[in-house]
Order: sequence, then structure tokens, then C-alpha cells
Amino acid sequence: MNQSLTTAEPMPEQGVSPEPVLVFQNVSIAFDGPPVLEDVSFSVGPHETRILLGPAGVGKSVLLKLANGLHCPDQGKILLFGENIVKIAEAQLFPLRSRTGMVFQEGALFDSLSVRDNVAYQLIQEHVPDEEIDPRVLEALRFVGLEETFSLFPGSLSGGMRRRVAIARALINHPALLFYDSPTGGLDPITSTTIIEMIVKQRDFYKTPSLLVTHRLQDAFTMCSHRFDPEQSGMVPLANGETDANTTFLMLNEGRLIFDGSLQELVNSEDEFVREFLE
Amino acid sequence: MAFDTIEKTAKQIVLTVQDYSLFSWRAAINLFSPPVYWVDFLLQSEIIGVGSTTIVLLAGFFTGAVLAVQSAATLAQFGATAVTGRFVSMSMIRELGPVLTGIMVSGRNASSMASELGSMVVTEQIDAMRALGVDPMRKLVTPRLFATVSMLFFLTIISDAFGILGGAVVTIYMNGQNGTQYFSQAYEFMHARDIMQGLVKPLFSGFIIASIGCFYGLRTTGGTEGVGRSTIQAVVSASVLIIFVDLLISQVMVALFNQ
Repeated sequence: MNQSLTTAEPMPEQGVSPEPVLVFQNVSIAFDGPPVLEDVSFSVGPHETRILLGPAGVGKSVLLKLANGLHCPDQGKILLFGENIVKIAEAQLFPLRSRTGMVFQEGALFDSLSVRDNVAYQLIQEHVPDEEIDPRVLEALRFVGLEETFSLFPGSLSGGMRRRVAIARALINHPALLFYDSPTGGLDPITSTTIIEMIVKQRDFYKTPSLLVTHRLQDAFTMCSHRFDPEQSGMVPLANGETDANTTFLMLNEGRLIFDGSLQELVNSEDEFVREFLE
Repeated sequence: MAFDTIEKTAKQIVLTVQDYSLFSWRAAINLFSPPVYWVDFLLQSEIIGVGSTTIVLLAGFFTGAVLAVQSAATLAQFGATAVTGRFVSMSMIRELGPVLTGIMVSGRNASSMASELGSMVVTEQIDAMRALGVDPMRKLVTPRLFATVSMLFFLTIISDAFGILGGAVVTIYMNGQNGTQYFSQAYEFMHARDIMQGLVKPLFSGFIIASIGCFYGLRTTGGTEGVGRSTIQAVVSASVLIIFVDLLISQVMVALFNQ
């Protein structure tokens, strides 16, 4: 998959396996205390964007790390690209992880490396020649609108810029599945909208399946009700109040998955907690 | 209630020792299978080796000097000031050079490793590295381990040399003794077994410094406060362990060479 990150044409949807790229089956995990997640089951289909909602401290980030094999569950099964990643050795996980992209809560950029080396980290480890790395890094940075930060260090970037660089790092190797951990957490509304626009742009062009964690309803609804318009080079609302059919919701409360469905189903939910959360 | 606490603490200690042993084993055997990050090894060698040279050199010089001051005063009571060179060189090479260098490097590098890796843990950089398909043990721990072991070996030699030089400066310029006599005493009574004893110790100390520093760093929890805690634990544990292992090696060496 060598398509440019800034291409104007959306990716065709042909030849995609109908199998889900990520499946959770009755997953539970605890850390020296009561369970953080209990009996969680859901899946992420090809081209699907799943938004995981829930209050702070409910286990959303833990779920995301489980999905990428960064934590091991106590019970249950996690299938990543069809392979059960539970109880397999770390060394066997690396090739699977390299097919995913992950954006961490605070960006998690390597402070001692320049933006170029951060974004190119995976390529450098794969011994890709420098002459190939630089254009690809510039391409990824252009996608997030930060081409000018190429030779800067993370310490000199703002919080929003760090997140955008983290998105560029996650996208550079054309991942088959993306994880976003609260990409707009702690950011001002304007920067948050810019980040959401990046994610919508990625979703609409690459159609890469993704799992996005957030507790900001506004971001979730914006993602569902907007599309990226290449002509305007920005996000525009979908016509007639439509919503993106491939963007669906999950909601966690007290370690349990209490909702799995579309935006319509979410707003019409009878569940007391869901209603309270939406209000 | 008290027994419960003792039991819990004892289990915790056993678990930590087990974790540390497995951690050290993994870090060591990584060198014998790809990928090996040689660039990181060289970078760490520069940071640990070149970066510690000044403090090791100064500590060695002043230790040798103070040994000469103290020993000359005592030896004078027996009319044996002529053996100051032998006393200083023996003490530096067999004991003080390796131990002091180990402790100096531990204070500088075990703390830096624990705080650097600890900060990487709390800012999710370690998770990011794993998510990008890179093993932090291979990328961060193994290069630090082997860089510390190899650099501490050479730093100890520097410390020994400057310790003998420090003793010479005091002996010649402060005690007014003969320099040739000092150096000939220092050289003539030096045996291969003494040098071996002195150069085996830094191999163990280097291993302790890096493995403890990285171990506590990667176990950091609790944000920036946790980083401080890990740093203290790393320096204290590494320093105590260096002295304890020094005792064991000295015992073994004395038993082996019968002196």
C-alpha cells in the first residue's frame, strides 16, 4: 500500500476481506484490585471507525492497549488481524503491531529525537534508506499540516502540534488499523477540531479501520456527522443531517460495555447511564 | 496481622528478586540474537564512558592522595614510609579503584538510567516504542548493560592510574620522599593476581549499575513522583549491591590465590 498520504482521491474499497480486523471476546482484566474491564466483547470491521465513549478512569485506554497487545488480559480472547494475541510472546507481537498505528494520549513522542526521527521511527528501525525516508516524512507531516516542524524537537512544539506529529507517526507506514487514545484530550476547542479534521480526513481517504477513545461527545458527534471535502480542503457536514454509516459507538461504564451501536441507537438509548452521559 | 504483613513483604521481595533475575537474563542474552543496536551501544558508551571520565579521574586522584597522606603517617611510626607506593597501589588496584569507580558511576549513571527510562514509562514512550514494533529491552536495556560493563572496566584502569599518581604527588611534594622509590615499590610488588582481582570487579559492578538502573526505571509507576522514587531506589540498591558483590569477589579471590 504505497498510496500518498496527501492524495486527492479516496482509496477504493475493493478487495477488502469482510472479516473484522479486531475482535474482543469476553475480555476481562484487573490490576491488583477489582476488574478494570469485565466480559467485554465487540469487533471492528474493515473500513469501520468505532468510537469508544465513557467517563474518565473507566478503562478506555486499557482497552486500547489490550487491543494492541500492550497489556495481556486475564480472561478472554483478542483477535488482531485474525490472530489470537493473548498469551503469545512479545517477539511474535512486533510484526502484528507494526501493521497498526497508535496515537497516544499525550502524543508520546521521543523527546531526544527530532520530529523527522520521531515520524520516521518505524522506517528507521526497518532500515529504509534515508533518501526514501525524508520524502515520506514530509508527506506525512504535510498530511497533518506541520511540514515546517521537520527538524524541530518535540520540546518546542505545542500540545496540539505534538498530537498531530503523533498522528503523522502513526500514519507513515500505512497501517491496516489505527488506535487513537483521547487524541483531543486537554486541548482547546479549535485545536481539537483540527485534530478531528485530521482523523476524518484519514478515515475518508484511507478508509483505514480505527478505534478511537474519547470522553468528548462533541468530537464523537462531529466525526459521525461530517466528511472531509478535498475541494474545500476541510471538514463539511453530511447532507440532510445524515451520519457516517461506518462510524459507530461503544460505551464503557464500570468496566462493562453497556452500548454497541450507531449514533441513532445511541441517542435513542433507554439505558440510564447512556442518557446521563449524553446529557 | 503482623504475620500477614511480614508474609506479604517477604513475598514481594522474592517476587522482585525473581523479576530482576529474569530481566537481567533477558537483557544479557539479547546480545546474542538480532537485532542488536550497535549504534545505541556506541552512544551509551560515549555517555557512560567519556561522560564519567572526569569524575572518575578526580575521585581516583584524590583517593590515592588521601591514602598516601594517611598511610605515610601510620607507616612512619614503624619507620616504613618507603612502602607507601606499595600500599597505595595495592589498595587502589585491588579494592578502592574498582569500588569507588563503581559507586561514582552508579551515582551518575544508575540514577540517569532510572530517571530517563522512568520518564519514558510515565509519558508512555515505552508503550509507543512497543507499539511501533521495537523491543525496549533490546533497544534501551541491552546497549546500556554492555556499554556500562565495558566502559567501567576502562574507567577502573583510569581510576587506578590516577590514584597511584595522586599518591605520588603527595609522597613526593608533601612528604618529601623519593619518587623513584615510590614508583618502584608500586610496580615491583604488583602481581597479575592483584590486577586480575581489580579488573574482575568492574565487570560485575557494571552489570549491577546498568541492570538495576534500567530495572527500576522500567518499573516506574506513579508519575513524576514515581520517577524520583525509582531513581533513589536504583542508586541505593546499586551502591549497596556493588559493595556486597565486592566482598564476595574478594573472598573468592583470596581463597583462590591464597592471599
